[in-house]
Amino acid sequence: MNDRSSAPHPSLAEAAQPHSQIAVFDGAQALAMSAGASLSPFSIAYQTYGELNADKSNAILLCHALTGDQHVANRHPLTGKPGWWSALVGPGKPFDTDRYFIICSNVLGGCMGTTGPASVNPATGRAYGLDLPVVTIADMVRAQAMLIDRLGIDTLFCVAGGSMGGMQVLQWAALYPERVFSAMPIATAARHSSQNIAFHEVGRQAIMADPEWRGGRYIDEDVRPVKGLAVARMAAHITYLSDEALQRKFGRKLQDRAEPTFSFDADFQVENYLRHQGSTFVDRFDANSYLYVTRACDYFDLAQDYGGSLARAFRGSRTRFCVVSFTSDWLYTTAESRAIVHALNAGGAPVSFVEIETDKGHDAFLLEEPDFLATTRGFLRGAAKARGLAETEGGKP
Amino acid sequence: MSRTETTRIDLLLVAGMVGNGARVLDVGCGDGELLRLLSETRNVDARGVEISQKGVNDCVAKGLSVVQGDADVDLADYPDDGFDYVILSQTLQATRKPRRVLEQMMRIGKRAIVSFPNFGHWRVRWQLAVRGRMPITENLSYPWYETPNIHFCTIRDFVQLVELVDAKIVRAVAMNSAGAQIRVNAPWWAWNLFGEQAVFLLERKDGRKV
Repeated sequence: MNDRSSAPHPSLAEAAQPHSQIAVFDGAQALAMSAGASLSPFSIAYQTYGELNADKSNAILLCHALTGDQHVANRHPLTGKPGWWSALVGPGKPFDTDRYFIICSNVLGGCMGTTGPASVNPATGRAYGLDLPVVTIADMVRAQAMLIDRLGIDTLFCVAGGSMGGMQVLQWAALYPERVFSAMPIATAARHSSQNIAFHEVGRQAIMADPEWRGGRYIDEDVRPVKGLAVARMAAHITYLSDEALQRKFGRKLQDRAEPTFSFDADFQVENYLRHQGSTFVDRFDANSYLYVTRACDYFDLAQDYGGSLARAFRGSRTRFCVVSFTSDWLYTTAESRAIVHALNAGGAPVSFVEIETDKGHDAFLLEEPDFLATTRGFLRGAAKARGLAETEGGKP
Repeated sequence: MSRTETTRIDLLLVAGMVGNGARVLDVGCGDGELLRLLSETRNVDARGVEISQKGVNDCVAKGLSVVQGDADVDLADYPDDGFDYVILSQTLQATRKPRRVLEQMMRIGKRAIVSFPNFGHWRVRWQLAVRGRMPITENLSYPWYETPNIHFCTIRDFVQLVELVDAKIVRAVAMNSAGAQIRVNAPWWAWNLFGEQAVFLLERKDGRKV
């Protein structure tokens, strides 16, 4: 931070000094970015759970989604809520911390301690703002690979993640096939569709239309475009839920009133819910960071990097894949997952695919869906056997 | 695809037709019984396609690579010659387009193995001819109005289909209800009458694409 006297907003404080371990890369350890720039120095904030075994064969990298972070299974430092994948990660859970060494890092462009637009640009002493080169999914993954190198791990037992996390999983498998023993791309796509890009653009325009955005230099001016960011979140949140789930949860029910007020108050419960989602989101997320991570998804088109053929991205891969989709997910549909499976089959990779029946929409991958948990547990168990990892007797190894 | 609820006397026979270390796709692999048998005894690279979520989950939990899919639709996604053997075990009669499925199998695999219940078996004929009712046997246990088996055929019908898709029969076995094999040199009519189940090993004629 610069020499401003007022304390920064907690979310910005987390960007500067996170409640996480930090790996700093500087000097010759520059990151060659897709946009052509070379980033150095940069930091990666990460969390780990469980113990790395002696031959370093039990490491799992979990990749977080758009507005997720490294706090996958611990209480969140800003919200106080359980980690975003507490349903799946922990002792005795599918990602069993008694058995595996779990790593999760904040993505490049994020705002929870890894270098992003809210981080200080060493060239100016001020926040990067839009001076940070545009980040791609491949940039995120190359940075993660440098962290994995730093941790002394050669091959990851598994790389897993949902949504934007799933894009990172696919990118890992394509860039470093020999370093990924197994992979779980969940509720994701190998490219962002036109509709996906369109929704993201709505969110970005909402942020940039907020007068407090100040051309991206709001941190210097000690203001925050919270209104724009909240609207962006509200619009995006709708895409994470199914029509059916919204209808079941809220229907046309009114919020704390018996009659409509004939005004533009939040008469309906669903309005109140969305406003709440927006207002709590701005307490933990940076607006510019939202621009960067949404852009990273938009630019993602894995096949394009391999001459237009997704199959070529995975040719000869020996990584064991388990692709998972959810029936009511209309953001990243089953058809997108099937396209991945098709390409993996064409490339001859060992692949499993499950479509989980649920009405909870895209967010289902974050929830305790019994069939999803069973699939994950079974896939990891089978892969662990193939990897020669010892079983744990329900407790400590 | 759903399979008939019989003890799988044909499984060992099917497994016996697969070469060691081969690449195998089991279409309608259920809970992965055959795939596991193959990977454990024949050291094959075993993959599967299964329509039910429970079946896929069971398979994935066993460490098998299985894709949730429908034989009628999703075989089109597989590349030519991707496998040494494509197996369709007790599933042909439950497909919507058996001919199309068999053609896809011959395209994807160098060889195909198909096992199916024989609708020409004397007990089936007896029920239809004498009792005038759709047959329900130990092997074909569903009443007509809720059977998943919508395309029954006899052994002779199947032999004709093999001709239609330009494939040739490498080996054929028919078994009676006790699971005993019917003499190889018995005539087709005898197979068709006394074979309760049949297993065919097929390959493309002259190596031509179908």
